[in-house]
Amino acid sequence: MRVLMFGWEFPPHISGGLGTASYGLTKGIASLRNTEVIFVVPKAWGDEDQSAVKLIGANNIPVAYRRVYYHGLKRSITTYEVQSEIIPYIDPEEFWKITKKKEELHHSILVHTNQEGKIDFSGRYNGNLLDEIYKYSVVAAVLASELEFDIIHAHDWLAYPAGISAMEVSGKPLVIHVHATEFDRSGGNVNPDVYNIEKRGMDAAAKIITVSNRTRDIVISKYNINPEKVETVYNAVEPVDVAENLHIRKGFDEKVVTFLGRITLQKGPEYFIEAANKVLKKMKNVRFVMAGSGDLMERMIRRAASLKITDRFHFTGFLRGKDVFTMLAMSDVYIMPSVSEPFGISPLEAMMSNVPVIISKQSGVAEILKHAVKVDFWDIDAMADAIYGILTYPALSREFIKNGRDEVIRMRWENSARHVRQIYEEVISKHKQ
Amino acid sequence: MSAATKKAICLFFEVHQPFRLKRYRFFDLGNDHYYYDDYTNESIMRKVAERCYIPANNVLLDIISKHKDKFKVSFSISGIVLDQFKLYSPEVIDSFRRLAETGCVEFLAETEAHSLASLKNREEFERQVNNHRRLIKEYFGIEPQSFRNTEMIYSDQIGSWVAEMGFKAMLTEGAKHILGWKSPNYLYCNTINPRLKVLMRNFVLSDDIAFRFSNRTWNEWPLTADKYATWINKLAPKSELINIFIDYETFGEHNPKESGIFDFLYHMPAAILKKTPFKFMTPTEVAKNLQPVAAINIPTPISWADEERDLTAWLGNELQTAAFEKLYELTERVNKCEYEQIKKDWTYLQSSDHFYYMCTKFFSDGIVHAYFNPYESPYEAFMNYMNVLSDFEIRINRICPATEHEIEILKFDSQLRAKDEIIAKQAKEIETLKKKLEKLTGKKTKKASDEEPVKAKRGRRKSGEKSLVELAAEVVKKTKLKKGEKTGSGKKAKKTKKKAKSSSGKS
Repeated sequence: MRVLMFGWEFPPHISGGLGTASYGLTKGIASLRNTEVIFVVPKAWGDEDQSAVKLIGANNIPVAYRRVYYHGLKRSITTYEVQSEIIPYIDPEEFWKITKKKEELHHSILVHTNQEGKIDFSGRYNGNLLDEIYKYSVVAAVLASELEFDIIHAHDWLAYPAGISAMEVSGKPLVIHVHATEFDRSGGNVNPDVYNIEKRGMDAAAKIITVSNRTRDIVISKYNINPEKVETVYNAVEPVDVAENLHIRKGFDEKVVTFLGRITLQKGPEYFIEAANKVLKKMKNVRFVMAGSGDLMERMIRRAASLKITDRFHFTGFLRGKDVFTMLAMSDVYIMPSVSEPFGISPLEAMMSNVPVIISKQSGVAEILKHAVKVDFWDIDAMADAIYGILTYPALSREFIKNGRDEVIRMRWENSARHVRQIYEEVISKHKQ
Repeated sequence: MSAATKKAICLFFEVHQPFRLKRYRFFDLGNDHYYYDDYTNESIMRKVAERCYIPANNVLLDIISKHKDKFKVSFSISGIVLDQFKLYSPEVIDSFRRLAETGCVEFLAETEAHSLASLKNREEFERQVNNHRRLIKEYFGIEPQSFRNTEMIYSDQIGSWVAEMGFKAMLTEGAKHILGWKSPNYLYCNTINPRLKVLMRNFVLSDDIAFRFSNRTWNEWPLTADKYATWINKLAPKSELINIFIDYETFGEHNPKESGIFDFLYHMPAAILKKTPFKFMTPTEVAKNLQPVAAINIPTPISWADEERDLTAWLGNELQTAAFEKLYELTERVNKCEYEQIKKDWTYLQSSDHFYYMCTKFFSDGIVHAYFNPYESPYEAFMNYMNVLSDFEIRINRICPATEHEIEILKFDSQLRAKDEIIAKQAKEIETLKKKLEKLTGKKTKKASDEEPVKAKRGRRKSGEKSLVELAAEVVKKTKLKKGEKTGSGKKAKKTKKKAKSSSGKS
């Protein structure tokens, strides 16, 4: 079975959980017998780990010499053509300025390309994102017409349009993987463009995989999808060798409580600060760390300053690579107070590094974790209580560490992958009928 | 000449560079106790010395050799910048010494750290001022008589403190909202203690040189010495004192050499002496020769910074106040410490620049704030400073603990360390003894000695010394048993027993 997979990022160039999850899952699937994965990302940097999968960067696909006929969504495709024809540019100046041009008349799409005939992608969450997504879907159509595969799997809304166009060109079934919905990300202020892209993806898909039942419920109720079409496959975590991190030297005696993630509304950083303030009123022998960056960071710094706790509350900025493990190795408690978290792999990584975790009940991971403290994201008293308890009673902390590691070590990507593979088989057999 | 006819012009230059902090990360807390970005500090200092301090000092020396004591100028050189001169550009100190030797230059006192201590803690403020006095005496052989607080910060209260410390005059900003209809071009005195004379900066004439000199869109550009002297002369009928207070970096750094700033500086005194009735005086001479016209009432502190002339450049947002409060919370405990490096860091961490970098009002004066600023954003400045301050606190806690609890921990810690040393020493001794035993008794004892480490380990877990004593006793016993076979080894073992006992008794 060959799977054509569309993602947005691939390690080591990742900005969050989406990249980690799609990589883990892909590796898991590729390790199953008779399964091959072709993973497409908008931009391949060249230094990705390609041991398990074949990675294709959309920026490396020449499209300037073709014209892809792209038909309206509602119509079924009868023919498709790839013409060897250079898209005429107005002039070299315009070439760089305009990134796309649509010719409605011919129902074809013209996308501007670089000198090698490839589309430039940034592969990052910024700039004209909708434009990038659109360009990505054009390349997906080219790929789908050239490659042999049995099923299409698209990760998150950024890749849905790519999945749809690949489906339309190839006629192969589409599975989409919901790692998060716009309702999680926006905290209520749903962007209608993004919602539309998501909705279109969900409607087009033969099967929808969600990362938790929490997300499944959102997909069913907010996007009006038939419950039978939606299935939950929980994420897992890569095993980490803790012994590697033993040489890290903490230069102070205080305990460390860590928040690690994007500092955005979705992650609930303000509840962490308020809880920290409460704990610091009771005990001084503790330091709080908010590691990460995001649009709320400046506001959080101001809040910590106005609470006068900045001698015990630290900001590290965005951490990458080894620093993440160093941070975890220094931590005594890990906290994820997310307001809305479809899954949340990071607590699993913390548990893997022998750190007790406190997670919000509003996270998908809370559905499967037993050996973690679960609190409502708004319940700062409970949060403070839990932090204080774990820090003050070593027996409690030891228990969490021991059982937590046992629990999390059993969550393997292979299991998730087997589940996904089952779904593939189901979809393919249904599609053939 | 009667006092009323005397007219003075007072030239004052501020010399200061902070020790900029390196990027100090959370992971460094407790591990790394060096906070400064040597490369940046050295390169900025060398650059400014070469472009500003040295050439400007040379121009001043030329002026003095030309006009003799008709020309007077005054400086305030912070303690921190003196340290940097010493480290990176010692030639600047020599150059200032040459200026000092002419007798035409007055050096003012300020806080050693160029700090905001005057806003927080009188004792700390006075300690720093006295330190700076001592430094100036040490470097230039002059006892400062006048005072200039960090960034011209002044209030009635600060003025009265300064008066009580024996200073004759103090410099501050001629802030419009303070003076109202009054003119900065007269001498004033402190309301609480009228013996302290207050010199108010003429910000128009000062900023003409500092900010507008090389601005080509300014309608008065180019500014010449003659034109400047004419402006001053126009003020003459209604003025007794013109105070020109500027950053020394104005010459050569803020205004490049190519703008002609050094020529302007060279020719200005001659033009002023020729065209105006004003005489150059130092602040102390002004205080001696001129009569104050009134007391100036400044209940809340003012400064010379930004449009607002208040403290908001350093203490205008919650980041700045939080960092400021946390810093001065440590005052008492730092003063209890006797460590040289702690005192140094305490001084360097206090310089007002660290707070200046955290300023979030970028509107009218953003460019000035960005000058020499090593940070990309005020938030970054705050995070870095707080990390450094946290490490500083960790060090102080280790040396002078804050609470009973910490004192106890420290006590136990040192006890534990002492005991560890004893254990290590005795373990070594046992090791050597064991080897000797092996040599003496051969294979038979080897078996027994194999068991010993296990027992020792078990014992040590409970209490270090006791197990060692036991072990020593065991060794003695075994050797006693074999005494019949071989004499001599027993004596040595006895000695160890004594040693072990005496050392356990000590601890």
